[in-house]
Amino acid sequence: MATKLSIDGKEISASEGETLIDVAADNGVYIPSLCYMRGRPCLGTCRVCSVVVNGSIMPACTVRISGDMVVEVAKPEVADMRKALVEANFSEGNHNCPSCEKSGRCELQAVAYEVEMVVSRFPYRFPERERDQAARLIFLERDRCIFCQRCVEFVRDRETGRKIFSIHGRGTHARIDIDVELADRMPPEQAREAAEMCPVGCIIEKGRGYNDPIGKRKFDIRSIRERALEEDNK
Amino acid sequence: MNSETRHLTFSNAPREQNLITMLWEIQRRDGWISGANVKALAEILNMSPLDVDETVSFYHFFRSTPSGKHQIYLCDSVIARMNGYEDVRAALERETGARFGGLSGDGLFGLEDTPCVGLSDQEPAMMIDDVVFTRLTPESVSDIVAQLRTGKAPADIANPSGYNSGTLDYVNTIVASNIRNRGPIFFKPMRDYHAVLQGVLARHPIEIIEEITASKLRGRGGAGFLTGLKWRLANEADGAEKFIICNADEGEPGTFKDRVLLTRSPGDVLIGMAVAAFAVGARSGILYLRAEYRYLKDYLERQIGEFREAGLLGADILGSGFTFDIRIQMGAGAYICGDETALIESCEGKRGTPRVKPPYPIQAGYQGMPTVVNNVETFAAVSRIVEEGGRWFASMGTDKSSGTRLLSVSGDCARPGIYEIEWGMRLDEVLAMVGASRPMAVQVSGPSGECVSAAKDGGRVFCYGDLSCNGSLMIFDESRDLLGIVRHFMDFFVEESCGICTPCRSGCVDMRAKVDRVIAGTAAQQDLDDCDNWGKLMRSTSRCGLGTTAAKPILTTMKSFPELYRDRLTAGDGPLLPSFDLKKALQGHEDAFQVLVKETH
Repeated sequence: MATKLSIDGKEISASEGETLIDVAADNGVYIPSLCYMRGRPCLGTCRVCSVVVNGSIMPACTVRISGDMVVEVAKPEVADMRKALVEANFSEGNHNCPSCEKSGRCELQAVAYEVEMVVSRFPYRFPERERDQAARLIFLERDRCIFCQRCVEFVRDRETGRKIFSIHGRGTHARIDIDVELADRMPPEQAREAAEMCPVGCIIEKGRGYNDPIGKRKFDIRSIRERALEEDNK
Repeated sequence: MNSETRHLTFSNAPREQNLITMLWEIQRRDGWISGANVKALAEILNMSPLDVDETVSFYHFFRSTPSGKHQIYLCDSVIARMNGYEDVRAALERETGARFGGLSGDGLFGLEDTPCVGLSDQEPAMMIDDVVFTRLTPESVSDIVAQLRTGKAPADIANPSGYNSGTLDYVNTIVASNIRNRGPIFFKPMRDYHAVLQGVLARHPIEIIEEITASKLRGRGGAGFLTGLKWRLANEADGAEKFIICNADEGEPGTFKDRVLLTRSPGDVLIGMAVAAFAVGARSGILYLRAEYRYLKDYLERQIGEFREAGLLGADILGSGFTFDIRIQMGAGAYICGDETALIESCEGKRGTPRVKPPYPIQAGYQGMPTVVNNVETFAAVSRIVEEGGRWFASMGTDKSSGTRLLSVSGDCARPGIYEIEWGMRLDEVLAMVGASRPMAVQVSGPSGECVSAAKDGGRVFCYGDLSCNGSLMIFDESRDLLGIVRHFMDFFVEESCGICTPCRSGCVDMRAKVDRVIAGTAAQQDLDDCDNWGKLMRSTSRCGLGTTAAKPILTTMKSFPELYRDRLTAGDGPLLPSFDLKKALQGHEDAFQVLVKETH
């Protein structure tokens, strides 16, 4: 059923039940996110798409459109919260963009530019996290994992449907793990898909890195904002 | 692969939904869960071994390394620390020869800390195997360990009279109930459950929902959602099946009322669940019992069995054609499972991670079906409402907060225990009733609630509009180190955060570091401003109630006791933040220098 809503004062038509973050993008309003992938089930883990809906703050990826919503995206208070959440992800792990294979293709880095992050307001923790290179085609650079759960939920063994990636432990002690046996059954295109799905440089393809020079990398060519807004025209 | 694992017999719920039960069976047999057993289970369930490990590693009580013959969990809570925890801890290490976090050389004992075990009225307390020991002293610890060394089972030590584990005598021997007053709703002796249920089954489900609605009963878990409304929505929801879940994962530090309800009035709870099932059209119920209450399991199983035999549960209840049965699901140590969607995930054998909402459990809960999750106390209250009427219940308390509620009172007072109070009572009245001596601060609703000042807030009222207490009431007198308590609460949240969302996973750690600065005397005004802002971030953007409330130990003490913080602030001098430790920052250089000097000489 068609309905109306407003985003930052702009009147918008949408269908009830659509996802707010998609509707916003379709109407030229970019809401950053690190875990959400259009067309896939909402993960709701990063909270970076937090906006104000009818006075309450909620992540836009979890909000289904219903009648007469008043949405505020640009409100400085909530914009700063989105920025803070991006910063929190930087201080929790070890993110050295200049030396990272994913630089220029990294969604965390790209979103950080979008929210105009300069430095994290939270103390950097410099955790010690062990790399896992046991699988044949990919390795885990755990320093960069932001626990978005994309790989955990969306990458499965094609034959059995079993999880290939999983989380060990909980809270600040959590660790991303990979089932090497199942990972080694992935065809190369699935391994590549997993690496590309990773919003940071945690799942990395072996034997490939720094392929594109600065200026020609994914988000150099077209920003994450442009890509989100032009999703329909791809 | 352990060949026996294949032959373990499991109850008849769908297999993958039973993972936690299976893991418990393995751990109870072997003392721990080996990699080989994880692999075997994974094969049985068509999961990857690491997927099984996701569940194993999530829960505090599952062990992936060999344990001692007796694994001892000593409760490390704020209340335990006020009652001699340190001495008991030292005695345990001395007597067992083990260090906390490790095993004794002879492999007999393993020692671990564990958060609040629901015995704040009789701390210090510890769990060993299936039983608990309370009011510990170094002497009693020495005695218990000596008996264990002779080969006696923990249950035989805790229950010297040898009562059957399914009896009330057994439970009473192990744990005192400490019910301190008698109110109109709870702990009524000799109730005629047959008549109560017959009265319900003679009416239409909608009438029952209307009765509950008229009572204005609100969920006693803490959030205070109207029970009648929840049931109506569940009644109207479409689903091939519907479920009733009783949340007995009483994990909020300081709470123990559900423990006492399940001990003294389990029938009230079972009847309440049956009433809910009848009202919404459910056939199956789950009682989710926290692992810390394992000593209640046989007793509750027997209660359920007796209800079945009496025709109050099972097929065709009291000849009405209505069918409803209840199974017990054991938890495995995770505070987060008190959140209803995390609890549902746990019932399904998964990590206790709160779900994204919507959908809500009444739309898609257990197995994706409409599910009503209510607290133990809510169900017990329901059993009385259908007996005495919704209006009777609503006539007590205040307009918006009807009836009474149970308080679990602990800390600095003469009579810790369970109190039934009418909503509307003032804080100072409650403090006088429980015999609080020189109270300074009162922690209302546990760490996730509010720390109020006994001096300034005595006139505040227990009701959903003011002190909406979830049942936990901890009293701290003037001698207590409140900042140390705040630090302990923040530690609790750091350990219990599931980590699924950024603000909680990250914020709990950052906020704890702020308290450390205040305690160390290196905090500046900027740190307190950060606490305000970061606390707001956590409250506004976290996925569930843990994250939204985890900053409250700091925020509410900053409000009630601002001088505690102000007095420790430092202005700092020079261009560096006062919390910046220049010496520590340069230590790496110093260490490297020392190594190089050594190498060149």
